[in-house]
Amino acid sequence: MKTYLPPKFLVERDQDKCIKCEVCVNQCSFDNHYYDAEDDEMKTRTEGCVGCHRCVTFCPTGALTVRRNPLEYRDNYNWRPEYIEDIIKQAETGGVLLTGMGNDKGQRIYWDHLVLNASQVTNPSIDPLREPMELTTYLGRKPDRVELDTDLNLQTELAPQVKLEVPVMFAAMSYGAVSLNVHESLARAATEAGTLWNTGEGGLHPKLYKYGNNTIVQVASGRFGVHPEYLEVARVVEIKIGQGAKPGIGGHLPGEKVSAEVSATRMIPQGTDALSPAPQHDIYSIEDLAQLVYALKEATHYTKPVSVKIAAVHNSAAIASGMVRAGADIIVLDGLRGATGAAPKVIRDNVGIPIELALASVDTRLRQEGIRNRASIVVSGGIRNSGDVAKAIALGADAVYIGTAALIALGCRLCQQCHTGKCAWGICTTDLFLSKRVNPDIGARRLANLLRGWSLELKDMLGGMGINALESLRGNRLHLRGVGLTETELKILGVKMAGE
Amino acid sequence: MKELERIQNPYNDDKAIDACSIFGAMDTSGKRFSGKGVIRAIANMHDRGNGLGGGFAIYGLYPEYADLYAFHIMYLSQKGKEDVEAFLKEKFRLTHAEEVPTQPTPKITNPPLVWRYFLEVGPQKPEEEADDDYVVERVMEINTKFPDAFVFSSGKDMGVFKGVGYPEEIAEYFCLEQYEGYLWTAHGRFPTNTPGWWGGAHPFCILDWTVVHNGEISSYGINRRYLEQFGYHCTMQTDTEVVAYAVDLLMRKHNLPIEIVAKILASPLWSDIQRLPQREQTLMRTLRQVYGSLLLNGPFTVIIAHHGEMIGLTDRIRLRPLTVGAKGSMLYLSSEESAIRLICPDLDEAWIPAGGEPVVGSLKAPLKTPVAAKEMVSHVD
Repeated sequence: MKTYLPPKFLVERDQDKCIKCEVCVNQCSFDNHYYDAEDDEMKTRTEGCVGCHRCVTFCPTGALTVRRNPLEYRDNYNWRPEYIEDIIKQAETGGVLLTGMGNDKGQRIYWDHLVLNASQVTNPSIDPLREPMELTTYLGRKPDRVELDTDLNLQTELAPQVKLEVPVMFAAMSYGAVSLNVHESLARAATEAGTLWNTGEGGLHPKLYKYGNNTIVQVASGRFGVHPEYLEVARVVEIKIGQGAKPGIGGHLPGEKVSAEVSATRMIPQGTDALSPAPQHDIYSIEDLAQLVYALKEATHYTKPVSVKIAAVHNSAAIASGMVRAGADIIVLDGLRGATGAAPKVIRDNVGIPIELALASVDTRLRQEGIRNRASIVVSGGIRNSGDVAKAIALGADAVYIGTAALIALGCRLCQQCHTGKCAWGICTTDLFLSKRVNPDIGARRLANLLRGWSLELKDMLGGMGINALESLRGNRLHLRGVGLTETELKILGVKMAGE
Repeated sequence: MKELERIQNPYNDDKAIDACSIFGAMDTSGKRFSGKGVIRAIANMHDRGNGLGGGFAIYGLYPEYADLYAFHIMYLSQKGKEDVEAFLKEKFRLTHAEEVPTQPTPKITNPPLVWRYFLEVGPQKPEEEADDDYVVERVMEINTKFPDAFVFSSGKDMGVFKGVGYPEEIAEYFCLEQYEGYLWTAHGRFPTNTPGWWGGAHPFCILDWTVVHNGEISSYGINRRYLEQFGYHCTMQTDTEVVAYAVDLLMRKHNLPIEIVAKILASPLWSDIQRLPQREQTLMRTLRQVYGSLLLNGPFTVIIAHHGEMIGLTDRIRLRPLTVGAKGSMLYLSSEESAIRLICPDLDEAWIPAGGEPVVGSLKAPLKTPVAAKEMVSHVD
């Protein structure tokens, strides 16, 4: 069937600059560049370009330019090009539209409507270049009080706690969705920065067991790669109920990405689709969650916190309260903008709520119920910079997960082709030719650099607010003000309007 | 008072913001002394306040009623007084009531009516409830439900006197030179966002706990939210109130000694904790993990007192001043050393404690000359 789909991008080549080195040919995993021997010229099939900039970045002479295809439709606010083209795709395939990465739509980004405070006159700002500034965070269940005997000996034994030097962790991205080199980069960077990375639901390659002390292992509905050693090497075990990119459905790994190594790690046949069931089939209710939480605690001899991750949805506050009471030591909320390696587009773009609102209401609810100490809150889904991190902490988060930001550090340009397995940056693919493009030495360096940069910025912001420890910002919403928000939004966020 | 919040923080700022002078004097042998020196000392720091609040706390004040709760209540109307007195009679055994003596003082204008009551907890209290909890609840009840009345002192054998004015003027107004106590704290206030309200002056008091405070606590937002989980409602919107409730929670309810409480309110740095011997390290880490939300962050110096003990504490990087002086069994705490030297020129010792290190004067451990700073803070380090 001839496709009616117009090209998204135009690729232009300056033939004066082109030296016919064929780097572009080798770099483009979508086969858009080729050498035409008859004309002795490099040529481009523009219709296949996804806008990933791999060729542009690696062209040694800067001969390539990628531009949006200036194809003009007749103006129609309802029938925008994206919706027209989605219909064309479905008319030609009859399938569910798949996509990658997070929601790219225009729902309000609350981070952009929140601003932070700084000290002036009545209290001094603190200079992190000259004074200590502490970001250390411990995740895990805390009791309401500490008991001492008369000789000041500690009588309270804490549930397992996990130390983070920086309150930013790498979000769950499974082996299979991303390559082993990406996993190794994440693991090494997390170890260097004193934080944690998350295996996602596809198991942990034995090569990476040595980073176990900085590893969160996931147990999802497909139970891929879950075995005693997997739980044993980890620092934290996370039960995945849902994720922000696709609340209500399970993980999708197309069979094309299930290579030999992936198959061995996931414990599934090579080349088969790994489709996680939508629910965990042993969790149909909150009491079932408690059973799985305690089964995992038993299996790990109560030495590791058990985390439970959900997608942020309408009743998050009540659900989170139930999760804490079911024994979760850490609760993870993944918001509307959380990303994925593959999800139905209609789900990604329409299901779930913004993480800022979910976080605010969960933190408030747990405090109202007097159980906020009993679990740490981790949020994810669209955190872009240290400013977003600081705002999340002030709203009440103990730490954040970053997924997309970490991948961008490795080269990702958000071209949203993760589900194709053809990632030209070698990130979201298991093709050995492509995945070696992420060199773990360099990848780990880039990721650790990102965390270092954010840490320095967080310290600057904290010092500006006149505080020198992260716990004094955590849940301290007086350091936030809203700009351009309605009264209801301010009420849910628990912040005052700027100027108030 | 119903209009408490409006009066204390009329513009609904995040909190009342103020700076101050503070002073404390304690005879650790328990001997009572007159307030003349303390009044001179706090007056010497006149310029640290702006006349919008001054106050004193005195311990060992009412030996004749030592076993009774002494309530100091300010009234804005006769009706308020009648209502509250009826309430007190209903809820307590009222032993004695009198107007707090005052003298006309030119600078003190428009003062409220101030009375004191000596109360015994009687059979009205539910049997299972502790006396102190019952009293706290009644104080909160009066302060939130009775318009025109405010309980600003509620401990046994101690009392708070405070109001709008410079501290020396408040002392003159309440004739404080005539009182004796073994422990005095004093405060002169410089608020920036409150017109000054009698109840808003320091010391803050609940039961026999008092707090005078110089500083702005930048962690106020989370300190308050943490305390709310334990049923404390910070109606006054001042950071001083947070200090008072934090101390009440930690010492009275969680039964922690002051040395430990100091390590919660001004916790050691993680890097310092890491260098401690194993046992202390675990203790300090656990305290910070559990009570991190009570870390008082931002510039502050406080003098916290209750019967038998006076504690001086600064934030952990000491952004507000505190000087300590010792002479015989006397311990002095002050924003400025000059104020101590004024009334006790021949100190045995004077020093500036390190940030976050508590200075504790206690009847249980009377000072002998001279006392090294190290000795007093070595408990957990």
